[in-house]
Order: sequence, then structure tokens, then C-alpha cells
Amino acid sequence: MNISFTNEELEFQQEVRRFFDEKFPEDIKRKQDSGAVLSKEDYIRWQKILYEKGWAAINWPTEYGGTGWTPIQMYIFSNEIARANAPDMVPFGVKMVAPVIYTFGSEEQKARFLPDILESNVWWCQGYSEPGSGSDLASLKMRADRDGDSYVLNGTKTWTTLAHMADWIFCLVRTSSDVARRQEGISFVLVDMQTPGVTVRPIITIEGEREVNEVHFEDVRIPVENLVGEEGKGWTYGKVLLQHERTNIAGVSRSQNALKRLKEKAALSIHGGTPLADDQNFARKVASVEINLKALEFTQLRTLAAVAVGKAPGPESSILKICGSEIQQELDALFMEAAGYYALPYVPDQYMADFPDSERVGYGGETNTSLRYFNNRKASIYGGSNEIQKNIIAKHVLGL
Amino acid sequence: MDFSLTEEQTMLADSVSRFITNDYDFESRMKIAESDDNFSTENWHTFAELGWTAVPFAEEDGGLGGGPVELMLMMEQFGRGLVVEPFLANIVLAGGVLRRAGNKEQKAGWLNAIIDGSLQSALAFGEPQARFDLADVATTATADGDHFTLNGQKAFVLNGGSAELIIIPARTSGAQNDVSGITLFAVPAESDGLSRRCYKTVDAHAAAEITLSNVRVPATSVIAGIDSGYPVLEAAINEATLAVCAEAIGIMRTMHDKTVEYSKSRVQFGVPIGSFQALQHRMVDTLIACEQSQSLLLWTALLNTEGSADARQAISALKYQIGTAGRLVGQEAVQIHGGMGVTWELDIAHYFKRLSAIGVLFGNADFHLDRFVELSAT
Repeated sequence: MNISFTNEELEFQQEVRRFFDEKFPEDIKRKQDSGAVLSKEDYIRWQKILYEKGWAAINWPTEYGGTGWTPIQMYIFSNEIARANAPDMVPFGVKMVAPVIYTFGSEEQKARFLPDILESNVWWCQGYSEPGSGSDLASLKMRADRDGDSYVLNGTKTWTTLAHMADWIFCLVRTSSDVARRQEGISFVLVDMQTPGVTVRPIITIEGEREVNEVHFEDVRIPVENLVGEEGKGWTYGKVLLQHERTNIAGVSRSQNALKRLKEKAALSIHGGTPLADDQNFARKVASVEINLKALEFTQLRTLAAVAVGKAPGPESSILKICGSEIQQELDALFMEAAGYYALPYVPDQYMADFPDSERVGYGGETNTSLRYFNNRKASIYGGSNEIQKNIIAKHVLGL
Repeated sequence: MDFSLTEEQTMLADSVSRFITNDYDFESRMKIAESDDNFSTENWHTFAELGWTAVPFAEEDGGLGGGPVELMLMMEQFGRGLVVEPFLANIVLAGGVLRRAGNKEQKAGWLNAIIDGSLQSALAFGEPQARFDLADVATTATADGDHFTLNGQKAFVLNGGSAELIIIPARTSGAQNDVSGITLFAVPAESDGLSRRCYKTVDAHAAAEITLSNVRVPATSVIAGIDSGYPVLEAAINEATLAVCAEAIGIMRTMHDKTVEYSKSRVQFGVPIGSFQALQHRMVDTLIACEQSQSLLLWTALLNTEGSADARQAISALKYQIGTAGRLVGQEAVQIHGGMGVTWELDIAHYFKRLSAIGVLFGNADFHLDRFVELSAT
């Protein structure tokens, strides 16, 4: 047993670090560091840089243009990307729909969709939840009725992140109601957002921003070749996707970065003549999160080590989701505490990169403390709420 | 990065695990716990025969050269079996001091006897007023020719009643809370002026209050040099803290597993109580507490193996985690067992008591959270 990286792994770490130092664009970095919102163009420019290096799809097999990295290499990469404070790849294409396409899709689908995902030419969004189907996803009602060589789609998807920027959406739809288990009537389809009958309406979330949407489908006609895999198997494919999503969801290195910034902020925030960092109550709360985060880092490494010897990440990934989201939210709350009154100004223009520094309201350089705190309450709700994760663990790990 | 065990480590863990399964079931354990003896001498000799008492010691001292990982593997199993034999006091604490700082004669005289199972020893790390502060030493040692005279009071000396040799930290210079000025003395328990008030603890271990009244010892009983005892004392306590945390993980896993099993068989309202979501989520919480604790244990054991600069801070992170997670797992296990959980008859109660005792040993969660903060600042 040992805790150190091998020489090869250390060299790899240096290579990644050098790449981020040299290639991560300075202007995007400034936005990231000041907490400004990135534009679609920013994401695309950065993702194309990663693509040119061959690092756009770290989780894919090499035959489709992935890196074929070991779990430890992926771990190193995600640490370095957080260290550089570079944005992660927008997940809906590369991390979510692509694994379903290359695992269950036809050769034609792979050839048609994967290269554009890899090159960030086409943006995807995820159509899972519906107004009446949140935690109970299998109750979904959006219909796909077969009509000759087409499916006709009718229904509504909701909480669709970045749908207003997306070119395509992948959806779980009901192709049959005449089944023993309702999960068996669900299929996985791909829809061009430009298809007549698709309407996107914004949902403004708690912090005042547009991130998610409702997507309405009214007699939307798609060719049958946009069905992935077999009709009625969509639930199984969707679950595979969710497990991929959950191992990424822990966000350990992002939280480590946030913890570092929190300590810096607490050192700058003066209360009654002394830095908040020296306040014992505050220091204890920070220490408690730090210890929990260190434990999670090793829980994730233990999962990676198991994956490295061929075990699939199973329901245990739910533990990563629960702990990871709780830690993120605790950190967000501590940022609020550290900001004091300056957690309260609501000046949305400050989230934009072109906002002049001299006009900023705030203290210590961060202007989006409350935005993140309020927005990120979603972390324990999305991807299967933490209570749903506990149901999954109770059933599949504890056998209850 | 590699989390796999060597063949020797696997064999060691299997050896302890087999003993617990075959020779240390709950009934046998309770017979020892409820007897007037502090532990089973027969078991202790078995430990020595199986080589376990030699594990942490260097090969040149007659040991097996094991490190924190070996200690962790053994202690997890001792936790599973609720072992009351004084491995911690004798091997990790007193043995740990002698191993680190004993001179040739001291090792030859005492370490060999500890390893072969013939000598019981203890480390008197606490005083009544000191709470968890190892440097708070009011006991004094005054030089007197080639002898020292010791006076003072030692609290909660684990294995203190059975020990023939007791290592006593005493102040040879400085103020009561100074880290410097502490000297370690190896004192025979039968020395004139040394008296013991022996008792059992809630977790069926044994301890003693020790009074030293003009106890005269030769200068040859000084371990690690005059005024230089503290670093050795702290190192031994750090390792002992790691050891009890590993023991706690063994206990927590056992309590969690037993609770899940119980919830599948206990029927109320016509269904197993494990079908109730209110209980399911609490058992998921205890599973997560076990997994997160195991992760920190692994991290701490590996940092301590490599002698990392963060090793001491990791010990405090781990002890805080065990203090809080152990309390959750223990209390939930008792609660979900219902009335049975608070009976003497059921093992759950005894696991809970040992886990609670570990929560206190070498500093509770609050103490170690503050120590963690303090060590971050330096």
C-alpha cells in the first residue's frame, strides 16, 4: 500500500499542468476567477482547445477518440483542471449522451453524432424530468407514437439545463403503456431542437438567472433512426448514464479549490479587528468540512482503485453524490457567512465579465457568493435527489 | 497509488480474523469481561505465540517490523471481536515508548519480555487535572545523586493494575504545561511508595489511579534522556490514537452490519422494520459514516507509514471523524435494535460502550478538531 503517484503518473501530472498553464485562455481564466458567467463561445473556444490536444473526452474509449486513460490519470486530470480553475466540459454531450450512443447506438449513430460531440460542434441537453415526473422518473408521460418511419412526440420536459443554447436533446419517452412494468415502455430518442413543434421556455431560478428551461413538444416528428438501441430499453440505458453522472458528481477537486478560496477570504474578512479565519467557531466549521472532504477524496480514490481492477462503479457512486453535494453546499454556506453584509447585494450585472471592477459592490474580489449559495441548493436535488440516492443504497447495497 | 495489501499483510489480517471467529466469540469475551481478571492470560500467550505481540517492533529488536498498516489491520479485527486483552496499553503505548527511545539495555531487559508475552506494562499518560493535554504534567522527579524521587498522581492508567512495569512521565524542569522538561521513567509497579487503585472501565477494560509518594528510581530508568520525553510520549499516543480509530472502524462496521441484519428479521406491523424508509435512510447514513471513516483511516495510516509532514494533523482529522461518526453509528444501532439494544445480554450494548470509550480516549472529537485547526496554522 502506498499513497504516492508513480513516476509515470507524476510526469503525466506535469504534462497536464503545463498544458493548462500554457493553453487555458487568459480572458476566460479572468472570468472564472472573478466568478463571472461564461458565454457559450467561451465554452466552445476552450473545449476546442482540449479537443485539439485530444483531451476532450477523457472518459471515452480510444476507438471513438477518447483518451483511454486509467482511472488514476482521470483523477489527476480532474485535479489539475480544478487547480487551474478551468471549466469542466459541458457534460450533456461528452459525459452523458455519448456513452449511451457508443454503448448502445448503431454504427450510423456513432458516425453521425460522436465526432460533433468530440469537436464541440453540436451542443446537447438532457430531457429526463417532466412536470409530473421528478424523483419518480419512471412515471414519465411524454409520448413517442410510431407513425410509419417516424415517431410523433408530444409532452413536456423540464429543468432542461442550457436547452436555450442546445442544438439537440436526448429524451426518455414513452413508446408503450401496455407493459407489465412501466419502465419497459420507455425508449431513448434523439431530437434536433430545430424540429417544428419544439418550444423552449425559460425557468428563472432562485438567484435570478436563466440556466434551466421547459421544453414543449407538440406533434414533433422525428425519424425512427433517432431511436437509440431497442424500443422499450431506454430506462436501462438511462440508468447507465446516471451512474456515469454520479461518479463525476462528487466534485472533490472543485470543492478543494473552493475550500482554499474560502480560507483566503476568511483571512481577509475582518471582524472586530481580527480576521474571521481566527474566529474559533468559524475555524471549527471550516475544519469540519475539510476533514469530511479529505475523507470523500479517499472514498472516491477507493472507488477508482476498485474500477482500476475491473469492478464497475455500482450503487456506491450514490455515496459520492450525497457526500459531494453536502460538502459543496456547506462550503457555499460558509462563503455566505464569510461575506457578511456583502452576501446581500443583488447586482446581476456583476456576474457579467464586462462589468467594470471600479463599479463592483463587494469585498475580497468575489461577487457571486449568494448566486452560488442559492443556485447550488440544486446539488442535493438534481441527478436523483439525495433521498432517492439513499433509497438506491438501501435497496442495492444494504438489501433492504 | 496502490491500496492493495501485501501477502504478509493479508496473512496477518486473516490470522487475527480467524482467531476472533473461532476462539473469541461474544460468549467467551463476556466470560473474561465479567470475571475478576482483567483479561485472559491464556489468550495473551496465544497472541505472543502467533507473533502478534512482535508485529510493531523492529526486526533487530526481535520484532516483525510492521508499521501503521499492519497495526490498522490487527486493530480492526480486535474491534470486531471486542478484544479486552491489553494490546493497546502493553504493545502500542508502553512498547511504543520503549521501541522508539529505549536504549540497548532497556530494550534487552523489557522489550524482549513484552514481545514474548511474559511482561505486562503500561504508560501513565494522564493526570487528574490534565484532561487530554499530554504536556500537563504536575508529577515531579527530583534528582538525588544517581537516583530520582518521583511524586504525584497518575490518572486512568490503562492496564495499570496488571502492569509490572509502568512508564511515568514526570516533570524535571519547566512549568506544569511546558512541552519541554518532561522526562520518562520506567518504574517497577512494586516500587516502594507506589500505590494503585485498580478498577474496570465501562467497556470491560482495566485501568488504575496511581499515586507516587517519594518513589526512588535509579537514573538508569530514564528513557530518552532528561527533559526530552515529550516527543516520544506524543509519538506513542499518536500511534495509539490511530490504533483505537482502526479498532473503532471494526466496531462500527460490525454494529452497522448487525443492525441491517436485525432490521430484516425484526417484524412489526406485519413487516420487517427494515422496510420502513425512516429506518432505511438512517442505516444509509451509518453506512456512509463507516465508509468515510474507513477512507480517513486509510489516508492516515498511509501518511504515517511515509512519515509525511501532515501525519500528525491526519491523526486529529481521523480522531474527530471517529468521534462524530462513531457516536452516530453507535447510537443509531442501539436505537434501531429497540429495547434489546439497551440490554446487557445483547452484544450491541457492549460494542456501543467500547465505541463510546474510544470516543474519549486520547482526546474527544472537539479536542482533535481544535488540534487539527492548530496544526493547520503552523
